[in-house]
Amino acid sequence: MTSVDEDDAALVGRLLAGENAAFEQLVRTTSGKLLATARRILRNDEEARDAVQGAFIRAFQSLPRFRRESRLSTWLHRILVNEALMKLRARSRGPEEESLEPLLPAFAEDGHHRREPVDWSESAETALERAETAGRVRAAIDSLPESYRNAIVLRDIEEMSIAEIAEMLHVSDNVVKVRLHRARQALRTLLEREFGGMK
Amino acid sequence: MTCREAVEFITDYLEGTLPAATRLEFERHLAVCIACVAYLRTYEQTIRVAAASMAADPPVPEEMVRAILASRGV
Repeated sequence: MTSVDEDDAALVGRLLAGENAAFEQLVRTTSGKLLATARRILRNDEEARDAVQGAFIRAFQSLPRFRRESRLSTWLHRILVNEALMKLRARSRGPEEESLEPLLPAFAEDGHHRREPVDWSESAETALERAETAGRVRAAIDSLPESYRNAIVLRDIEEMSIAEIAEMLHVSDNVVKVRLHRARQALRTLLEREFGGMK
Repeated sequence: MTCREAVEFITDYLEGTLPAATRLEFERHLAVCIACVAYLRTYEQTIRVAAASMAADPPVPEEMVRAILASRGV
């Protein structure tokens, strides 16, 4: 067992014993990352704070059932993502999904790229050092239809597995994989417009 | 393998879930197709750039911490 695991086990023990200082330590050390996750999913400060609060309340109630199969922070993160996704679903939104088709790669009849892809990976590396680039990348992610945006946020930013995402969204692994692939392809096209012409 | 097929395999390739024979075919295609190499490199860079653009953790409002602790009487 590593010292981090030992710290985690000790904290869980103190939480289960109802030690107030342990709850405060948990909230203070984890709420920054949880709030960031909630903001990424909900894109609304007030709803994000509500989601974090709701997640902690749920976690406090479920603590006796915490099985120590995962890290405490990972367990909390999953509860928060679930809470945020529920809030997202509860929002009354119009029908989603304009087509991503124009942003997907096109192929000729023989299966070759219709247009040679530009390799902008190095110019992106340099551009990322400028603060305004991150804002423009976030705007590109935000321009994707919600289910595609969620696929990128949950897999590529929150680093959840495809199986975990599928379970949370109540869809198959394959649905998540297809959504993720299309979302990345569409975002790649948007970033090519951003970085493709740079030297 | 065509470019169209190769591009469809990228997610599984990066997840490490491509069957061995298909992975070999995919890599053989990449060895001779500059266009797909460029596509794969920028696809991977898209993932890195997306993550980097959202990396910062916001400051935590003290009133939120207090509200959470109050919810269990701390």
